[in-house]
Amino acid sequence: MKISRTEVEHVARLARLALDPAELDALTGDMDAILAYVDQLKRLDTSAIVPTAHAVPMANAFRPDEVRPSFTPEQAQQNAPAPDPAGFRVPRVIE
Amino acid sequence: MSLFELTLQDLRTGLDRREFSSAEATRAFLDRIAATDPQLNAFITVCAEQALAEAAAADRRLAAGDAAPLTGIPLAMKDIFNTAGVRTTCASKILADYVSPYDATAFARVKAQGAVLLGKVNMDEFAMGSSNENSAFGAVRNPWDTACVPGGSSGGSAACVAARQAPAALGTDTGGSIRQPAAHCGVVGLKPTYGRVSRFGVIAYASSLDQVGPVTIDVRDCALLLQAIAGHDPLDSTSVDTPVPDYAAALRTGLEGVRIGLPKEYFGEGLDTDVRRAVEQAVATCRDLGAEIREVSLPHTGYAVACYYLIATAEASSNLARYDSVRFGHRTAAAGNLIETYSRSRDEGFGAEVKRRIMLGTYALSSGYYDAYYLKAQKVRTLIRQDFLDAFETVDVILGPVAPTPAFRLNEKTADPLQMYLSDIFTIPVNLAGTCALSLPCGFSGSGLPIGLQLIGKPFAESDLLHVAYAFEQATEWHKRRAAI
Repeated sequence: MKISRTEVEHVARLARLALDPAELDALTGDMDAILAYVDQLKRLDTSAIVPTAHAVPMANAFRPDEVRPSFTPEQAQQNAPAPDPAGFRVPRVIE
Repeated sequence: MSLFELTLQDLRTGLDRREFSSAEATRAFLDRIAATDPQLNAFITVCAEQALAEAAAADRRLAAGDAAPLTGIPLAMKDIFNTAGVRTTCASKILADYVSPYDATAFARVKAQGAVLLGKVNMDEFAMGSSNENSAFGAVRNPWDTACVPGGSSGGSAACVAARQAPAALGTDTGGSIRQPAAHCGVVGLKPTYGRVSRFGVIAYASSLDQVGPVTIDVRDCALLLQAIAGHDPLDSTSVDTPVPDYAAALRTGLEGVRIGLPKEYFGEGLDTDVRRAVEQAVATCRDLGAEIREVSLPHTGYAVACYYLIATAEASSNLARYDSVRFGHRTAAAGNLIETYSRSRDEGFGAEVKRRIMLGTYALSSGYYDAYYLKAQKVRTLIRQDFLDAFETVDVILGPVAPTPAFRLNEKTADPLQMYLSDIFTIPVNLAGTCALSLPCGFSGSGLPIGLQLIGKPFAESDLLHVAYAFEQATEWHKRRAAI
């Protein structure tokens, strides 16, 4: 086994996914098969290889820090599940 | 000939000669969508009323003599492009009611020219899939055979053009999501070089791989639409500030002096016999047109799918962290604390494949596994990219199949994610290398399904692809066949 159900539960907590037991079972099998497949990369010696993050070489893009038009509060909140005049309503964070 | 059968270029000519109005053309496509979409499910949102208003505005612009290349041309957008005022779902339940306050740059550019938005087309949820079966709005069907998938993830973009519900569409390609559906639906699809087209306002899947591109009936239309969207955008720092050539100038016949490479790894075991025959026939056509054919090697091809499913899922797990139900998106009705609200909303809102990829990516980035999976994959990515750079030392364009088989049947591969992933084996390496590639029709299978030819070019050499594709298209009749729907 490349990954256990306990590890899958741990990853689900990290990913903020409240998976039900059937989903956890299915994902344990799927992830195990996929991780076994990707293990083939270990056959390649990459000790002297530089990793590629972007295929096109690029440096940081800077721009002047100028005030520009931006969203109105109404636009920023137009898709909010629980809008509030003061911002976005969420469950209590600190008990 | 009905207006909905015209290419983008023919629509342009007809509009310029006042043979018909944009309103008439737009109505023809809206009628076509109404007549055929119950069978195909290519559209998530049809913008009938708004499209007719935009067409009327385009007609006024035409009358004023102020027409741009796309003025009055109806288009469809993959539902991954933010379109102000029209909902953008990304084919996900989590964004089912999302209405963006702004336009994606690629859409803003065609809109500024006066193009008419027919609607938003279906796709795999968050562009994750190869069959368009992962949509929260239902699967799309292939216009050539409605028992088959159209490919994915831009399945709606390819199906709507193949069925002439729209003369052209924009899609996105992260591992083959434009080219593979274009091949399966018998249309032309281009994945430009990473950085050629702005990704601003395109809902992110895997940011180092995603790229915007056109889906069209023929190669001339591809050049026309690419011209409209290519170029630097200050709002996307990964868009590259290099001059945009005149793509129409690349549409030349004759291939004398062009060196075409055949990667031996793309013609190995597992290639469907009909696909092999069609691609080999295409090689013979290119040789007859004067091209020099050489064998090349892309030795790390077999590692590309494994490499991709670590890098793409890692980036996806990070990008999709934003769906936390606070500022936008589905929020659970269940009571709970903040973490429970995040976790339940995400579990309710995401489909199975999206969860699978978030989980895999979270694992690949998690403490203790980062070096073994994510970093390893980034190093293998370097090897895959180097394969292409080496091959382009001796050839101008690389030619091969787009997909190992023609379109498969609905539900044929849904039970085995790995089998589904392997259908992208010839398209994924191009995204990892960051270069450009085009898919165009090159034949049909015994059962009448289209087969796609893939042309891969050097970085920012889209003109080379358009040249070879146009010469091939002019010498063949495949692009003139139409699905019977």
